[in-house]
Amino acid sequence: MQENNSVGIVAAQTAHFNRPLTLKSGAVLPQFDLVYETYGTLNADKSNAVLICHALSGTHHVAGKYSADDKYPGWWDNLIGPNKPLDTNKFFVIGVNNLGGCHGSTGAASNNPATGQPWGSQFPVLTVEDWVASQALLADYLGITQLAAVLGGSLGGMQALQWTIAYPERVRHALVIASAPNLTAQNMAFNEVARQAIITDPEFYGGDYYAHGVVPRRGLRIARMLGHITYLSDDAMGAKFGRKLKGAIQYSFDAEFEMESYLRYQGDKFAGEFDANTYLRMTRALDYYDPALACGHDLSLALKQVKAQFLVVSFTSDWRFSPARSREIVKALLDNELTVSYAEVTAAHGHDAFLMPDAHYHNILRSYLNNVQV
Amino acid sequence: MTDAIQNNVNSTNTVQQFRQDFAVIASWVSFASKVLDLGCGDGELLQFLRSGLEVKGYGVEKDDANWLACMQNGSNVIQMDLEDGLSGFEDQSFDTVILSQTLQAMHNTEEIVHEMLRVGREIIVTFPNFGYWRNRLQITNGRMPVSKILPYQWYDTPNVHLCTINDFDEFCKNHKITILERCVITNTKTIHFMPNLLGNLAMYRLKAA
Repeated sequence: MQENNSVGIVAAQTAHFNRPLTLKSGAVLPQFDLVYETYGTLNADKSNAVLICHALSGTHHVAGKYSADDKYPGWWDNLIGPNKPLDTNKFFVIGVNNLGGCHGSTGAASNNPATGQPWGSQFPVLTVEDWVASQALLADYLGITQLAAVLGGSLGGMQALQWTIAYPERVRHALVIASAPNLTAQNMAFNEVARQAIITDPEFYGGDYYAHGVVPRRGLRIARMLGHITYLSDDAMGAKFGRKLKGAIQYSFDAEFEMESYLRYQGDKFAGEFDANTYLRMTRALDYYDPALACGHDLSLALKQVKAQFLVVSFTSDWRFSPARSREIVKALLDNELTVSYAEVTAAHGHDAFLMPDAHYHNILRSYLNNVQV
Repeated sequence: MTDAIQNNVNSTNTVQQFRQDFAVIASWVSFASKVLDLGCGDGELLQFLRSGLEVKGYGVEKDDANWLACMQNGSNVIQMDLEDGLSGFEDQSFDTVILSQTLQAMHNTEEIVHEMLRVGREIIVTFPNFGYWRNRLQITNGRMPVSKILPYQWYDTPNVHLCTINDFDEFCKNHKITILERCVITNTKTIHFMPNLLGNLAMYRLKAA
């Protein structure tokens, strides 16, 4: 990506909330921090703010670099910047690390003010509803009454949807990408295997590994390897690796196939930088999210109060958040006579496609966002 | 495919006819009603209905480029294949469901008409009349018809279910569909006399019996 349409060098900021937050579970966080970044300029009437909600392993660092020497920019840098689909000349973009995250916002590795020790196993289980409530507090903190748009992919799309349910007056547009109104049993099953890999790691210590000076690396690594398989399509893996060997067959269990090297590399990298307690909580939030549950499994009823306009996008090869699941959201929106457009993007990359700079996909987002009034 | 026809029509200076088509459809759509345009192409009809009648409109379009054009002109557009039916839409949830010059290219012809009648309180179907005399003349001369409204060669046409006005009248009768209104035009003229011979575009306003 050309440097001249980058948001440039960015810095994270911290919002401290010195007030208790009651979570959906009933647990109370006595106080908390949210780490966030912003790109672009908030206009005078504060009507151009766009919130980016991150998925499982995302962060507040959505675009730009922290220094000119940074190897990689933020995780959705291909989308956000001057003249990019989400144009920072027009919009004020906010990235936030979700509560329970491990990139600066209060999470299990943070100190519990009551004990002065890391929260660890005592850190509460969070929900999508809790994240959205905390994000609304961040919007208050930034003086933003109403967001022009909330945008998210996967678990981030669930947050965008939840914003429109919880705060119908506070969000004008929701962009729900590669998402679902809840997880299927198969989808939750992947999460369960990932969590079991972590929880049964001898170095997990029930979630209190911080006190032992270790991390459940093996579990986290396997969890991530499993995740990566489900984020790619069979075709994409075939195209990327096929049955390619790194060398001659060794009759061993080493990483002989290129696919194995890739998974091991991704697993190792992730295990070195992500917190296992965060992974557990992110996947649990995914499992629990089901806005239709309280409405007799009637999603249309669950969206009755919604006022926002929607863009829903899915990808043909995404089997973890399949187009059929996005169509359920679209149907519920149509049932409520809401303004909605739906695109089913032909893509080979599976779930990962939502992060790829595919020209048609980006044109879809650009066209929609061009029509968003600020 | 609808778009291809539209482009062809537009590019051959018969925009007037296309507008006539729009004008008839608009006369059958109520002010501020809820409209679903199937195979909406670049969304031109929806835009026309929105600006003139303030309808709450949604388009359905399969093609990526058309979808994008719809989005760019401000239409709501749902990307799906009409051949799969309209399962994403509730019974009787639209005032009017429109299928403009797309019927002849549908494989599941009976199903889409049935689905339209399920979803719409009224439906509008338009199609090129294969019984038009110029088409008959070309057949008489031993060739498949090619014209402004049927611009394809036999080997590259998306049109698989061409019919005449008489055929469609009988289809409605056999499927217990009530014809509320029928309008047949050629270019800008409304054809009252021998429409199946002299008309090249047929437009129907229908409802379930």
